[in-house]
Amino acid sequence: MAELERYFLLFLGALLVYNILLIRFIALCSFFGISNRMETSIGMGLAVIFVMTISSAVSWVLWRYVLVPLKVGEFLYIPVFIVVIAALVQLEEMAIRKASPPLYKAMGIYLPLITTNCAVLAAATESVKPGFLKLNIAYHYSFLEAIVYTLGVALGYTIVIIMFAAIRERIDVAPVPESFKGYPIAFITAALMSLAFTGFANLFGL
Amino acid sequence: MNFLYVIYAVLTMGGLALFLGLVLGIASIRFHVEVDPRVSHVVQVLPGSNCGACGFPGCEAAAESIVKGEAPYNACVAGGFKVAKEIAAILGVEAGEEGIATVAAVGCGGGRGKVKMRFAYEGIHQCVAANQLIGGPLACNYGCLGFGDCAESCPFDALHMGNDKLPEVDPVKCTSCGICVVTCPRGIMKLTPVGGDYVVACNSLDQGKIVRKVCTVGCIGCKICEKACPVEPPAITVQDNLAEFNYETCTNCGICFEKCPTKCIQRATKAEKIKTPPVKTSA
Repeated sequence: MAELERYFLLFLGALLVYNILLIRFIALCSFFGISNRMETSIGMGLAVIFVMTISSAVSWVLWRYVLVPLKVGEFLYIPVFIVVIAALVQLEEMAIRKASPPLYKAMGIYLPLITTNCAVLAAATESVKPGFLKLNIAYHYSFLEAIVYTLGVALGYTIVIIMFAAIRERIDVAPVPESFKGYPIAFITAALMSLAFTGFANLFGL
Repeated sequence: MNFLYVIYAVLTMGGLALFLGLVLGIASIRFHVEVDPRVSHVVQVLPGSNCGACGFPGCEAAAESIVKGEAPYNACVAGGFKVAKEIAAILGVEAGEEGIATVAAVGCGGGRGKVKMRFAYEGIHQCVAANQLIGGPLACNYGCLGFGDCAESCPFDALHMGNDKLPEVDPVKCTSCGICVVTCPRGIMKLTPVGGDYVVACNSLDQGKIVRKVCTVGCIGCKICEKACPVEPPAITVQDNLAEFNYETCTNCGICFEKCPTKCIQRATKAEKIKTPPVKTSA
């Protein structure tokens, strides 16, 4: 039971308490760029879930069995993880194009865009070197813990971007003052959402 | 500094790159998708704005349908004659003749700037939404609501709302794709031939005395223009209390423009560059 509780806390912590977008302010460029329409936001969120989970898993395996034994992990992990993420995104693009051409067309440019999304690298790094999360767990995540953590991060990203897209679509047709139209009001809205999410801060007595 | 770690680092990165390269290479063969090379040619020729005026969801989809034969070679409305000719050359078919070039024109001279409002509107600032609320906030049932749905919908950035809350057409950028015509809930936007110097800037089918009460520049259906037109039969006729041009017979003499009592006939914004007209379809 304690095991399950740990995984649950890890998942919820990554999803809400330390939300990657609104509390840690990572991956904001894609957040603001994609979220003006609902379809693109949903597509981006799903793609991020897929890429983030798999790349974190592969990164964890590489770290544990290649980088640490050779003792080159500390300085080499960033380029290695980036190469893995880029290759994974390419693979995913090819697979989707073959399996479902309509889905591929719908996602369009957003698939390669995920490579540059720092959230994916952040999640991969966190899986191997937990730093931000001050949970009371041993410094090294197990494989399953890394997966659960990454899923939490990815779902946190997806939920927030969908919520934000819903708000932005309505703001687009509201009588906003001329100088605030577009990005200014979007930033203010995101700031207010972020304030709201800090309400989760002491959820686990962290 | 231990040189061993440098070797390890190089080996790791190099090995990883090689391995992933192999994986991607094999995957690209296994996941290969057959693409007709003519499709990418056609995509290059198309304007690439994904405006959707052709009826397909984007230029890529239109190119596929054209090459497959499901769409005619002149399917691209925005590209006009030039694009149609190039696509016909790629497909190896004969291109048809040139059609008449058109440009978007605004069929309203009043709008929120000049016409009274029926009620204070506090809703969504969109023409389609405002139009659905008991006929719209404007006192004229046919006039421009001025919230800019047309300008938003233009994929070529050729339509902007002016200071008088009426749309203004940029004739250089307009490709006459027709999306603004479909978007306007009141049917105010129309496509007029490039050679026509004048447009009727009114959309109201109301009787003259009703129009007069709400708008000073609306068409009252007095038929002065019809009677003054030197062409026989007149190139401008009044139908349902609204004047309409027949651009095929109009000689651009400008007599109706001078004689109109409400000045609802306006000069069209002239296109400075010759637009490429569409291909005449035989159908």
